[in-house]
Amino acid sequence: MASAHASIEEVEPAILDEVNPVDIPRPALVDNDRSFSWITDKICGIVEEKTPTWWWVCFVLACGTASFTVMGLVYLVSTGTGVWGLANPANWGWAIVNFVFWIGIGHAGTLISAILCLLRQKWRTSINRAAEAMTIFAVVCAGIFPVFHVGRVWMAWFLFPIPNANAIWPNFKSALLWDVFAVSTYGTVSVLFWYVGLIPDLASVRDRATSKIRQFLYGIFAMGWRGSNRQWSNYEMCYLLLAGLSTPLVLSVHTIVSFDFAISLLPGWHTTIFPPYFVAGAIFSGFGMVLTLMLPLRAIYRLDDLITQYHIDCMTKIILATGTMVGYAYGMEFFIAAYGANDFEIFAFVNRAFGNYAWAYWIMISCNVISPQFFWFKKIRENTALVWIITIFVNIGMWFERFVIAVTTLTRDFLPSSWGYFSPTIVDIFTYVGTFGVFSVLFLLFLRFLPLMAMAEIKAVTPQADAHAHKH
Amino acid sequence: MSNVFPKWSNALPLKIIVFVFILAAAVVSGITYYATPSYTRVGYEPVQPVPYDHSFHVGELGLDCRYCHSKVEESGHANIPASSTCMACHSMIKTDSELLEPVRASFASGEPLPWVRVHQTPDYVYFNHSVHVNRGVSCVECHGEVNKMEIVKHDQPMSMGWCLECHRNPEEYLRPIAEVTNLDWVHPGGEKGQIEDGKKFVEEWNVNPPQSCTGCHR
Repeated sequence: MASAHASIEEVEPAILDEVNPVDIPRPALVDNDRSFSWITDKICGIVEEKTPTWWWVCFVLACGTASFTVMGLVYLVSTGTGVWGLANPANWGWAIVNFVFWIGIGHAGTLISAILCLLRQKWRTSINRAAEAMTIFAVVCAGIFPVFHVGRVWMAWFLFPIPNANAIWPNFKSALLWDVFAVSTYGTVSVLFWYVGLIPDLASVRDRATSKIRQFLYGIFAMGWRGSNRQWSNYEMCYLLLAGLSTPLVLSVHTIVSFDFAISLLPGWHTTIFPPYFVAGAIFSGFGMVLTLMLPLRAIYRLDDLITQYHIDCMTKIILATGTMVGYAYGMEFFIAAYGANDFEIFAFVNRAFGNYAWAYWIMISCNVISPQFFWFKKIRENTALVWIITIFVNIGMWFERFVIAVTTLTRDFLPSSWGYFSPTIVDIFTYVGTFGVFSVLFLLFLRFLPLMAMAEIKAVTPQADAHAHKH
Repeated sequence: MSNVFPKWSNALPLKIIVFVFILAAAVVSGITYYATPSYTRVGYEPVQPVPYDHSFHVGELGLDCRYCHSKVEESGHANIPASSTCMACHSMIKTDSELLEPVRASFASGEPLPWVRVHQTPDYVYFNHSVHVNRGVSCVECHGEVNKMEIVKHDQPMSMGWCLECHRNPEEYLRPIAEVTNLDWVHPGGEKGQIEDGKKFVEEWNVNPPQSCTGCHR
């Protein structure tokens, strides 16, 4: 040791005469060297143009689909929760499945807006606005299920700790209450983040508006934005703080959702792997949904220069990574069951793969574990149609994952005498299918009235914004 | 942009925030006062088919509650007396009173008097009179000073929170069994004596009021 000490002084300092960083070319985030004004025209143009026919067609279809949810809920409230297929032993059926499904989809929004922002992943700028909108609308759809599962929906405020004449208080030991806080915090912060991000772009739309009413409405929501240096510096700080604030939420929300299952004592639910595996699954499904939405938009609005192949590559790689993590978790559950040598645990998992719901399990495996593996291949990542189809499979798979988890465990309890088989009712199906309509209605309105990409941020990452792009 | 909004709109956000706070405070206090059982139920005083005066019969003449509500110690339900109970006295007293005509008619026909119910627990609440009365909960705790009421009225909110006040702290309300129907009784030792004795009663009678949901919502 002593000799090593002495020699340190003799060693030359680790400073090179000349710094020669390897020049790894980064793909441009905006193709064809588009100018600032082109970006503004492109994005604002979508909001300013005459409502296209396809929009009306989609909107009417979406409203029609959304009415299914409305009908389902009216029937449920007027009759009782028994109209859902919930009965002993499966008292959690599609309601929890759909809730977790939608919350999971909502996950990509915060991940893209918060974590990728903190990690300075500049490719987020083209997709974050739409992803955040997707998040908020997904949370709306998710919220429908637990709120109406309450049965007497006008009593749903009991979920919150509000002093009342009944002198009762929510049970803070219950994961379902943690859910209420996790989801409502998540919803609030997502809306806040989304709105703060929108302010400069709303000001652009306001300044371009020709009619008084548009100037007035966009003016209100732009909150007097003028784009001064001082405003920008405050704005950037605010955005950064919000990013920091919502970063823990990315992990906490789905962790807490997984606690709904994990803190119970049922084999198949009572596992410590649930939180990370749920978070990975949520990011997986969230990015799946982002691509499902963005690829058609890219084609319709000709946004190829803004959502480049590089963006698609990044997202498909995240899907590949998280899909593989989810697959690892599926495998690890079996390993832990075998290694733990608990008969009930082993039974729960063998039953999952080969029991009464084996069909659902294998749909899940093929959609979630096998289908993303295609993204290893560049050819497939470059085939937009194929990418889109695979993302649809991802979404189907993630719905089935929640279904498998919720239902296989409940219908194969400790007591064989209480075994059963869960089947949804027509009301379940209507309500669930309708939420896609609710989601689409909201998303279509978003497309029509708000700039679907963060123009101000995209401009900052264009090749044009970098005056010294070719010198170091 | 300058011509979109007039100058006075600069102060508008602040005004809106202040207004929202005032509105929220008004809504919260309004609901707390007007939309809780202590307002919606207390004071309900329906007109009865016969103007039976509790303050006269109980307060002045000294009838015991159990003379008429005779099964309260044995039954979950505190019964409303049959017309024959009234006639025990009124076949001899005030036999020609016009006000008592419905009682005589009911007694003759066997058709019960259509008394209007004052206190009603919802169907989803299980309440048993006998268990309360036999463990030192006085009538007055829930029904108020009926011995001073000319017409019976709803005296207490009977909300769930109100039930729980006693279920959580029974020692503040329990009294000797003999004093249960003595509506004017107060502990001679004041508040301190009440708590002391109350704790003793809780201990001795093994009073264990349920606080779980299924205690009352069975």
